Amino acid sequence: MSGERASEGGLYERLRAYEGRVAVAAGRGKDPVNEAMIRHWCEAMGDAHPGYTGPDAVAPPTMLQAWTMGGLSGHAGQHGRAGQHGRAAQHGRAGQATGSARSAAYEELTALLDGAGYTSVVATDCEQEYLRPLRVGDEITFDAVIESVSEQKTTKLGTGHFVTTRMDVRAGGELAGTHRFRILKYAPAHRKLKDKRPRPVVNRDNEGFWDGVRQHQLLIQRCAECSVLRFPWLPGCNACGAQEWDTVEARGEGTVYSYVVMHHPPFAGFTASDHAAGAAGPYAVGLIELVEGVRMVSNVVGVPADKVRIGMPVRLEFLRVDDDVELPVFRGGEG
Amino acid sequence: MKGAPPPVRVPVRAGDELPPLTIEITRLLIVSGAIASRDYQDVHHDAAAAVEKGSPDIFMNILTTNGLVGRYITDHFGPRSVLRKVAIRLGAPNYPGDTMVLTGTVTHIEGDAVQVKVIGVNAIGRHVTGTVTVIVDQAADQGTGAV
Repeated sequence: MSGERASEGGLYERLRAYEGRVAVAAGRGKDPVNEAMIRHWCEAMGDAHPGYTGPDAVAPPTMLQAWTMGGLSGHAGQHGRAGQHGRAAQHGRAGQATGSARSAAYEELTALLDGAGYTSVVATDCEQEYLRPLRVGDEITFDAVIESVSEQKTTKLGTGHFVTTRMDVRAGGELAGTHRFRILKYAPAHRKLKDKRPRPVVNRDNEGFWDGVRQHQLLIQRCAECSVLRFPWLPGCNACGAQEWDTVEARGEGTVYSYVVMHHPPFAGFTASDHAAGAAGPYAVGLIELVEGVRMVSNVVGVPADKVRIGMPVRLEFLRVDDDVELPVFRGGEG
Repeated sequence: MKGAPPPVRVPVRAGDELPPLTIEITRLLIVSGAIASRDYQDVHHDAAAAVEKGSPDIFMNILTTNGLVGRYITDHFGPRSVLRKVAIRLGAPNYPGDTMVLTGTVTHIEGDAVQVKVIGVNAIGRHVTGTVTVIVDQAADQGTGAV
């Protein structure tokens, strides 16, 4: 708990300082309450409530927030640049998307969160109370305060902070509704990674191996003392304990020493052994004995998983499994 | 009174279950809801942008969910019903091709104010949980004959 906060370097204390500060001052609805916007809303929602049609229409109460939205043109002249806001910034056109009527304080709070890596935003809660109906012709004004900023929270989406604002919406100066809105500003968890191959863990002891893979070389460690080859990479020699080593590039030939076929559970990142299909399927995990004498675990590709056999000759190739990862795998030979 | 609007409604009681409302989550609904609520966030209309931000597809915005929950309640309680409070929390996103089923249970009645707990479930899980307070003119809805 304290660890989480410590990792943010006192950010939470700085975020909390914004509680109670103005989020929107003297916002003005871009359009008075009008039949056309009400009709568009009702069409989208499939709402046929008779009270929402005709010149005497009231607006659907749940439209409350819609009257305060800046739309594409934004709330010009009211702290005009929304581009600092995470969502707008992602759109690349300052002020375009959110049309923010937000205060300098709110923009600062957002910038703090963005700066801490919490660049994504999702709305999580909306609590509205309707005090009087909005009628065609009503002019909308609104003010909002930053009600609270949560401690750092980790959700399925990622880690971040909840920011709650409370808005008073007025019609012709009269309080018509309150609107409490909560967003999560978060750093996205890389959920898509679960559909990918696990990332290799590269450290000081094995980075030479992965440097080799990038250059399409399969490098085997060789003890500088006793010349015994070893794989996987280790800091010291299992035979003599010496720590000095150099490398030998594998010729890329070997045989299947043993194997298993992975059926279940399916993982999207592991495609069928022929890698033709993009779908998950059974795949062969081979223990390959290289002609140099060391063994390594990798996929056997190019033959159906159920046709892999012990003793099958295989040849090294490098398989790009996604944008970030290339792996040494072994193609099964005929026979 | 001939010509008076139907329905003669039985009194509302705590524990009443509202008939479910099934809503197909189409791209059209997501986009038209976003635009009708003047929400131009790209994740509500641009699939490629949504994917770039780690979402599998576009998804429904909170204002549309709010509108649908409100509609569900007033559809059930009739044209005289007036929403007083709608409080919702979002969970599993509504992606195109999914179906959301809204259900509601009356939890509390105080005078004309009926409180309903609403849950909207899609294929992933609970999209929305919420509490709605709606003013229901029960005497009027029951018609003169019932008084």
